[in-house]
Amino acid sequence: MGIEQLSALEIGQKIKKKELTAVEAAQACFDRMDAMESEVHAFITIDRERAMAEARRVQKGIMDGTYTGPLAGVPVAVKDNICTKGVATTCASRILENYVPPYDAHVIERLKEAGAVIIGKTNMDEFAMGSTTETSAMGITRNPRNTDHVPGGSSGGSCAAVAANEVFAALGSDTGGSIRQPSAYCGVAGMKPTYGTVSRYGLIAYASSLDQIGPVGKNVADCAALLEIISGPDRRDSTCVAGESLDFSGLWEEYKISPEAVAAGLRGMRVGVPEEYFTGGIDPQIRDAVLKAADTMKAGGAIVETFSLGMTQYMIPAYYIIACAQASSNLARFDGVKYGYRTEGAGDLHDMYKKTRAQGFGWEVKKRILLGSFVLSSGYYDAYYIKALKANRLIKEAFDRAFEKYDLILAPAAPSAAPKLGTSLTDPLKMYLSDIYTVAVNLAGLPAMSMPCGQTGSLPVGLQLIGQRFKDDIVVRGAAAYEVLRGNWMASEAPSEEVKEAL
Amino acid sequence: MGKIVIDDQVMDNVEILAKLSLTGEERAQAMEKMQEILDYMEQLNTLDTDNVEPLVNLYDRGNVFRDDVIEDNDIKSEIVAGAPKQKDGQYMVPKTI
Amino acid sequence: MSKQYETVIGLEVHVELSTKTKIFCGCSTEFGGAPNTHICPVCSGLPGALPVLNRQVVEDALALGAATHCHVNRLCRFDRKNYFYPDNPQNYQISQLYLPICHDGWLDISTGGGTRRVRIHEMHMEEDAGKLVHDEWEDSSLVDFNRSGVPLIEIVSEPDMRNSEEVIAYLEKLRSICRYLGISDCKLQEGSMRADVNLSVREVGSDVLGVRTEMKNLNSFKAIVRAIDNERERQIELLEEGRQVEQETRRWDDNKEYSYAMRSKEDAKDYRYFPDPDLPPVYIDEQWMARTNEDLPEMREEKAARYMESWGLTEDEAALLTDSRNIAEIFEKTVSLCGQAKKAANWLTGETIRLARETSVDLDHVSFAPEHLAALITLTDKGDLNNQNARKVFEAIFTDDADPEIYMEEKGLKTVTDTGLLEEITDKVLSDNPKTVEEYKGGKTKVLGFLVGQVMKQMKGKADPGLVNRMLTERLVSYKLPKNDD
Repeated sequence: MGIEQLSALEIGQKIKKKELTAVEAAQACFDRMDAMESEVHAFITIDRERAMAEARRVQKGIMDGTYTGPLAGVPVAVKDNICTKGVATTCASRILENYVPPYDAHVIERLKEAGAVIIGKTNMDEFAMGSTTETSAMGITRNPRNTDHVPGGSSGGSCAAVAANEVFAALGSDTGGSIRQPSAYCGVAGMKPTYGTVSRYGLIAYASSLDQIGPVGKNVADCAALLEIISGPDRRDSTCVAGESLDFSGLWEEYKISPEAVAAGLRGMRVGVPEEYFTGGIDPQIRDAVLKAADTMKAGGAIVETFSLGMTQYMIPAYYIIACAQASSNLARFDGVKYGYRTEGAGDLHDMYKKTRAQGFGWEVKKRILLGSFVLSSGYYDAYYIKALKANRLIKEAFDRAFEKYDLILAPAAPSAAPKLGTSLTDPLKMYLSDIYTVAVNLAGLPAMSMPCGQTGSLPVGLQLIGQRFKDDIVVRGAAAYEVLRGNWMASEAPSEEVKEAL
Repeated sequence: MGKIVIDDQVMDNVEILAKLSLTGEERAQAMEKMQEILDYMEQLNTLDTDNVEPLVNLYDRGNVFRDDVIEDNDIKSEIVAGAPKQKDGQYMVPKTI
Repeated sequence: MSKQYETVIGLEVHVELSTKTKIFCGCSTEFGGAPNTHICPVCSGLPGALPVLNRQVVEDALALGAATHCHVNRLCRFDRKNYFYPDNPQNYQISQLYLPICHDGWLDISTGGGTRRVRIHEMHMEEDAGKLVHDEWEDSSLVDFNRSGVPLIEIVSEPDMRNSEEVIAYLEKLRSICRYLGISDCKLQEGSMRADVNLSVREVGSDVLGVRTEMKNLNSFKAIVRAIDNERERQIELLEEGRQVEQETRRWDDNKEYSYAMRSKEDAKDYRYFPDPDLPPVYIDEQWMARTNEDLPEMREEKAARYMESWGLTEDEAALLTDSRNIAEIFEKTVSLCGQAKKAANWLTGETIRLARETSVDLDHVSFAPEHLAALITLTDKGDLNNQNARKVFEAIFTDDADPEIYMEEKGLKTVTDTGLLEEITDKVLSDNPKTVEEYKGGKTKVLGFLVGQVMKQMKGKADPGLVNRMLTERLVSYKLPKNDD
């Protein structure tokens, strides 16, 4: 087994123990990319020279004690809608094809401070609009578990890269399930933190009230370690200034003691299973796998019961109205004036705008901008946008009620396993419906983690654990406990002895 | 509100608002898909939202301000340098008058 | 013209705040500077950048709201106004529509026609746009974002004004309040105050509002007056011809003295306002409001009335002193130090305004210690300085905030009160100017001034001219010209 199979914390520990250097770790990723990328295509930009130079610099810093954190020297990948100074950031769109940001996103600053080495920018649905990574203008990404299938989306590149062992961990962004659904499809762990936990400064906005950056890893502990680094207040994001940095030291202590100690975290935890999520269009194999996970948690000491969440039929309409409306405004800045693509040979100003945007944006993006412009337009604003915001309040209140009774809500991450390539885009409504279990979490601003809980054929099945706002720690504790109880699945999961030492 | 029909008039207006020029084919397809999605969204009309306040800000932990203190940066020239067309440190656009 | 028409005017006034930094980022609001040198990711609309509200903007808006008797929304929000234009880097402007900070206030204005209350509909905070200049060579326009994001307060009045005189009075009142609050210098020419005029006409006696137009690009009070008169005439002409006034935005060209409609098929005029999800709401509690009200300064009119009442100043003096809050403050401190209101007022309305004009210093920026002016007044009272030398000393106070006592001594300006010396010189002047003395004695008394001047010259100005005058008059009564030899 090559080192590429190890988890991020294991690599970090090896580097710390001087069994491995940051440069060797990065090289292992590039070697793996050489083998996998032609098939998987998880990355849009791979800047080997820059990454190797950075790895050498970080390695020095580790030697002289500048970097001491658990992920110092560990290669990570970043979704291509997160700004990286000096490295192209395209949102997988023609309109930003050659865009090189002059500044780093807040999370990039945090990663650099922690000594993580960014080895590339990952593919995604254009402007994060899609659930398959097929709307990317930079080509599709294939699911490493079965390359006839999509990796999910929109953070399909980040999840595929981790699943393919091309990188040890990655950052994604989640607006309506864009981390959790591809994590489920690719069989990795991915988390959408509470809205306001991670700064959005430098995340190219899709829907500002729903977007949140989160970690993707091979296991829960890797996600938690990454989340510790990127969470916390940032005075440049007005929606993330009072938040505390997440601190999982309690969990790390339990890992040091034993897996059983971690699993014990479930004891007495109240877990609600919304009955509406297990009827209707759900694939029976998915349903069974997720319910089996509920049984596992029950056996582990959790109090599991079903309940009615309500509001489920309003979640997708409310989500698409809100997301498209905000997107139509957020994407107005791409106009050929300040950055990115500009059409040649336009006539007047408005002709330039219209041609630039017509040529620069892909079809899915255009559709959502058109829809968003419509629902905000005069005469329709109240009927659509305000109505959706009212529904949003009722959806949030439904969750508030549930969390009076439960610590966690257990749900599938998606109604089916990863669909075959080329089968989703023709029917947008069907694609939108596949987000049924994820969008409400964004509408209510909740933390939620997706992780594998089984398989259907060659494809992983994702379990989703949803928590109360600003109770990200409970989500992580519950997920970590379940992970131990679940046992080995495909990739390396529960932390090894080495990791325990590292924490 | 009755059933919304995406007709040519609505579409003309939406294209201006969205600043997108669509080909005939794209336009027809967009109208069809938008209609389909809006019809689906009609479901929301079955939800009683009388006396419900729209949820505008999920993050609401009191006032968020910055102090009136100048912060300089050293990337100004890089910002403008990223423009597709520029002259003398300014962004160049087709004439506006 | 057979019918009588009434003009109905409401104003939308934009006041540019004089905060140090922009409304949503830390960039400087300073004027000038090469294009795009006061920019950052936020105010140049880079992808991923986010706004954070400058607290001072809220403080300023609250103060203006309190000074104009507005109600304050305890919770206000920012909304995005969506439209494409190159001076607008995000292609939306962050403004306030649904829940503005203040609403329903008023201002009383006085004109020749009496006093009128102009109601204020609402007041909101927003960001300014960048600057566009036309480049003839390239047949293009160039964009500079230095002004992009500079904070503005927009004050929307009700249609309560009836003529240009009232409009000017309203604007002057608003400007005075802003300057007193120290929130803006309100210069129309420099664009730190901008007024858009909403105007309609109707037949006298009608209580239905006519169709209004909005007039933009008014850069001076004169332009406003001309534009109002022109637009009134244009609308009346249309109505007289049996035509309709179109509801539209028009641009005033002050050189050509006419306006034209700003229309484009690409401007849908549908701004799709919605609450900006990047900015949490602003909460203004009782304590904050109370503090704002406590901090409100005494405004110009109350001040002027008090000056007339307590110190017997004339209306003109009071008006001049209170034009600038800065001058008024110097005045009040000076009076409290030397107790000489009339004299302090003279210095501050006369010499101060003259010197400020000569040196192009804004009255708001005149700065010298009131202690120095008070000391100067005391020195003149004691007779240590004559008027001419007092002016010299004042000039030094105005330009260098000089200490009058030290300056007087250094420059040797102190009046000589040694009567022995004065008598000696008086005699010398009389004997040196026999012809003049003869003229005086012959009844031509106004030549006395010449003799006084001669004495002052010999004294190098350091005498009290009044005293010299008295001494000469007395001396001349008994004075006999010395006999000539021939």
